[in-house]
Amino acid sequence: MTAVTTPLPASTSLGRRGIDYWGLAFQASLVFCLVACFGLLLILVGGLIGDGWVVFDERGTDFLRSNLSTRPAQAGVAQAIKGSLMLAGFVVVIAFPLGIATAVYLEEYAPDTRVTRFIALNIRNLAGVPSVVYGLLGLAVFVELLGTDMNENGGITGGRSLLAGGMTLAILVLPIVIITAAESIRAVPQSLREGGYGLGATRSEVVRTLVMPNAAPGILTGTVLSLSRALGETAPLILTGAVLSTFFTTPNYSIPDQITGDYTALPVVIYTWARQAKLEFKGELASAAILVLLGITLLCNAAAVLLRNRYDKDR
Amino acid sequence: MTAVPISGGIDLSGNRRRHRREAWIRRAFFAAALSSVVISGAIVLSLVGEAFSFLSDVDLSTLWSSGWYPRRGSFDVKTLFVGSVIVTGIAMSIATPLGLGAAIYLSEYAKPGARKVLKPILEILAGIPSIVIAFFALRVIGPDFVQSINPEAPLTTLLAAGIGVGILVIPLVASVTEDALRAVPRSLREASYGMGAKKATTSLRVVFPAAISGVVASIILAASRALGETMVVALAAGGSGGSQFTTDPFSEGQTITAAMIAVAQGTDQVAGGGGGSANLAYQSLFFLGLLLFLFTMGLNFIGDRFVRRVREAY
Repeated sequence: MTAVTTPLPASTSLGRRGIDYWGLAFQASLVFCLVACFGLLLILVGGLIGDGWVVFDERGTDFLRSNLSTRPAQAGVAQAIKGSLMLAGFVVVIAFPLGIATAVYLEEYAPDTRVTRFIALNIRNLAGVPSVVYGLLGLAVFVELLGTDMNENGGITGGRSLLAGGMTLAILVLPIVIITAAESIRAVPQSLREGGYGLGATRSEVVRTLVMPNAAPGILTGTVLSLSRALGETAPLILTGAVLSTFFTTPNYSIPDQITGDYTALPVVIYTWARQAKLEFKGELASAAILVLLGITLLCNAAAVLLRNRYDKDR
Repeated sequence: MTAVPISGGIDLSGNRRRHRREAWIRRAFFAAALSSVVISGAIVLSLVGEAFSFLSDVDLSTLWSSGWYPRRGSFDVKTLFVGSVIVTGIAMSIATPLGLGAAIYLSEYAKPGARKVLKPILEILAGIPSIVIAFFALRVIGPDFVQSINPEAPLTTLLAAGIGVGILVIPLVASVTEDALRAVPRSLREASYGMGAKKATTSLRVVFPAAISGVVASIILAASRALGETMVVALAAGGSGGSQFTTDPFSEGQTITAAMIAVAQGTDQVAGGGGGSANLAYQSLFFLGLLLFLFTMGLNFIGDRFVRRVREAY
């Protein structure tokens, strides 16, 4: 008996045939895209640090503590930081409770009816409305309608005031707060709720003691993200009348007077300085102000993203 | 043994005060949810009301004239519309290829470790305020890029603004597309490799088509964002007092959004109502707002449809 072994023809080799030039080129172009994405933004931030650092180098924290001025050597962003923080305060006080309550209603209480579906659709649509349109809403409602009384005085909001700007920003981020909060409430396992009901808890007790503690990290992420969005918004503030003014410089301004008075905010200062003719303003001072704004918003964003990733890992 | 009947006593209907409290809490939550409806109602009402009085006051022939100069009573809508289309077009032709490429790399090629670092960075970058990109477009893209291509171009151009808006929406395209690609089941990729397909072929011919609705949705959402982007164009495209009709990206111009900022910051007499053409300029703000609202709503609606299709797929 002879063993017949037919060798495999050489052409059926399972190894690769030559170099896959096309595949390499494809991968290279993908890497190029990625590098371009990050590279463009790196150039941007790098350039800003290069220009803006001069100011901090020369004046230290004096730039953060000085008021606005027409003289470049003395101009600072103290009022703008204070204005931005107070605007953020409105977002925290108005948008957060309202947004979280809406999310709780939609996820925990709402029956699946037409009204509910309409509200949900409405919120998704609101999230896509450009910020400048919210500015128009603020202009029409808070500045004009509530801001003028019979005698052409300030009315309730004081016209183009911090209050009008703050309420506009709060409404602007409300859909973002609702959507992120609703997502994290939805992610709480149903079994947890059923356990609560099984023990005789009412709906509100289940929400308070079981759902909210479990959804808290996700809700916190969403609120921080929306806060950073609010801090960076410029267009609605310009429409509702943020100005470069002598905001808060009168020593005896009471809190209500500050709220219904003129104000300014970091993005508005950047916008105004960028348009100035003087090189110091549109160069290093604007860059330095941007560094302050970027520092605040990117820290907020980084905190939110890290928080969410950590939370995702735990689940 | 006989079963002991439960006699009287045990009331399963619960405490009445507790029920009442529950009902109130429910109503409070419902009231909060209604606020969103009230807000969108207020947006539509304020836009439509003022836009309507603008259309009834304005001489309609000025809506199709030679340029957008609200203070001189020239309200040529096509100038702004074409400006918006140019800027959005330039932005998307930059953001789409770069964003998609980055997304495919992150989802299909990047090692898990690299992806874990790069994706969060991308999301953080998506949070850069638009005023920052606007400043970059004004100070760097305009003089260093646009003017080096065409030395006769002014400092502020539609092209510079379009590139700025493109940079702004890249992270959005990349991030949403990456999510869509990652949602494609592993089994599809494995089946493709099993057929002997290369990685590039698998990515392009199997994964990408499977995720196409999510990809298209991300592009549409980004286009809607680009259309509504305000500060980059207001700062980097020039034309703060008004603009001539132009189709040349190397010239100054305005978009719908930039024109709104120009009218609004112009001044106090505009916002106060005033009289004559200043009042018309004030009302024109709302007319533009309504146009923008309708365009972006339309885009978002289409995008939303695509997102729902991708959800049904797997």
